[in-house]
Amino acid sequence: MSLDELYRQVILDHYRNPRRSGSLAAPDAHADGNNPLCGDEIALDLALRDGRVIDVAITGRGCSISQASASMMADRIVGKTLAEIDALTHQVKRLLDIEEGDPGLDPERPGAVLGDIESLAGVRRFPVRVKCADLAWTTLAEALAPHSGTPT
Amino acid sequence: MLDLSHLRADFPILDRQVHGKPLVYLDSAATTQKPVQVLDAMDDYYRHHNANVHRGAYTMAEEATELYEGARRRVARFINAAAPEEVVFTRGTTSAINAVAYGWGLHHLQPGDRIALTTMEHHANIVPWQLVARVTGAELTYLPLTADFRVDVGAIGDVIDSRVKIVAFSGMSNVLGTIGPLAEAVAAARAVGAISVIDAAQLVPHHPTDVRAIGADFLAFSAHKMLGPTGVGALWGRRDRFEEMEPAEGGGEMIRDVQLHSSTWADLPHKFEAGTPPIAEAVGFGAAVDYLEAVGMDRVRDHEREITRYALDRLAEIPDLTVYGPDDTAQRGGAVSFTLADIHPHDLATILDQSGVAVRAGHHCAKPLMRVLDVPATARASFYLYNVPGEVDVLVAALHEARRLFGVA
Repeated sequence: MSLDELYRQVILDHYRNPRRSGSLAAPDAHADGNNPLCGDEIALDLALRDGRVIDVAITGRGCSISQASASMMADRIVGKTLAEIDALTHQVKRLLDIEEGDPGLDPERPGAVLGDIESLAGVRRFPVRVKCADLAWTTLAEALAPHSGTPT
Repeated sequence: MLDLSHLRADFPILDRQVHGKPLVYLDSAATTQKPVQVLDAMDDYYRHHNANVHRGAYTMAEEATELYEGARRRVARFINAAAPEEVVFTRGTTSAINAVAYGWGLHHLQPGDRIALTTMEHHANIVPWQLVARVTGAELTYLPLTADFRVDVGAIGDVIDSRVKIVAFSGMSNVLGTIGPLAEAVAAARAVGAISVIDAAQLVPHHPTDVRAIGADFLAFSAHKMLGPTGVGALWGRRDRFEEMEPAEGGGEMIRDVQLHSSTWADLPHKFEAGTPPIAEAVGFGAAVDYLEAVGMDRVRDHEREITRYALDRLAEIPDLTVYGPDDTAQRGGAVSFTLADIHPHDLATILDQSGVAVRAGHHCAKPLMRVLDVPATARASFYLYNVPGEVDVLVAALHEARRLFGVA
């Protein structure tokens, strides 16, 4: 049943126990994201050094998909360069069918490429919910845009 | 329970399926479904009588005008207006309230004057007043709610004082279902010389409404929430109030004479109907009123009280479910807002949709009320004359499924 694919245990775990929840005292980058239609909100703080994200903190409220996606993102991007994050973001958007193309997952080893984020794939069958999963990633791109110098 | 299930045959859309399940439409507070009688009336108008109104000497123009004005007479009779010209057709409740805000408020409010609302208002009965307050220097003030989700009439004496020039409030909340303090607020407004404006978008479709008995100055409602089409609604107003109101929109149809530098206005109600009106929609509005009168608004109301009672009782069986609204069906309509454990309302709506159940999730255009309730959003099931108890059972089963999916113990 597709609802079980959408609401996987890992999504509910991130929803109920969001990783890196909170805010940074002096963030190098910040963005607020919201979906006016459904009211999902996140506020994203990033610490940057030498072209890498070295710390992340997120507050937000909204549906399980939006908040779990933000939590998974926070887990995944620490330590990555902005170029790596840009590539990851495009990969996630392909996973969510927002961008065309193969997200490049390893079918033999689920979770090996994107980790928990791969569990968001179930949202593709619920078109009105794709925006919820995408909110964190759009907000991330917005926060990094002034620092990356490359279009996201 | 009063059985109106035979009416379902008049609503073709109720036969459709969603995700392989029969549609269970529980979003009539957002918009209602339309019976074939309304669809046919609009179709007949376009096929056989389509012409612009009020300005043709030929046969079809006369027919179109008669159909349009006939719809006005039906709507006026439906709410017991003193005369058809006390009913102005608008785009809906929102444009009706804006017409009063800009047509009356803008020309009568002074700096320091107050507009009294309640904290359960829809944005349509907040934002127009904010816009006009910004221009005039008037201020907004609010009647609070009680712990049992009713407007606190005990606070009327504190809130509605001589500074208040407009009292605008919901006749029935689209979130809580709460029936507004019609008699108390109208009386309080009159006592301080203020006008009273009722947002009746949820009241008129669901409750017998007699504007002369209520005694307010203006009352606004929408066709699409009472079996009619989108794009048309009505502003009822007392003639003397309409006379002291300026048109918020100018254009064709609403003038008596136009000179190069000034114009004079047409008589009521045309003074407030600039431009070609939504003619087919008004015809559909009239057919919707006919349909509701044939059923009888007392029976519509009785049926709704019964199915709401049934829904409240069934929802009370579900652990961790919270209903926001009065429990006594004498004090409420059929919009039932709720939350379930820590499951976000949008997730609930997705889960219910898989069972064919259409409910609304979100802030319901009532963000100040969400803050009062201290929730970001609610799910809302709302009922109308075509809903049956079996649909409540489908809703309840789907809510149990939601608990399972989210592992709510």
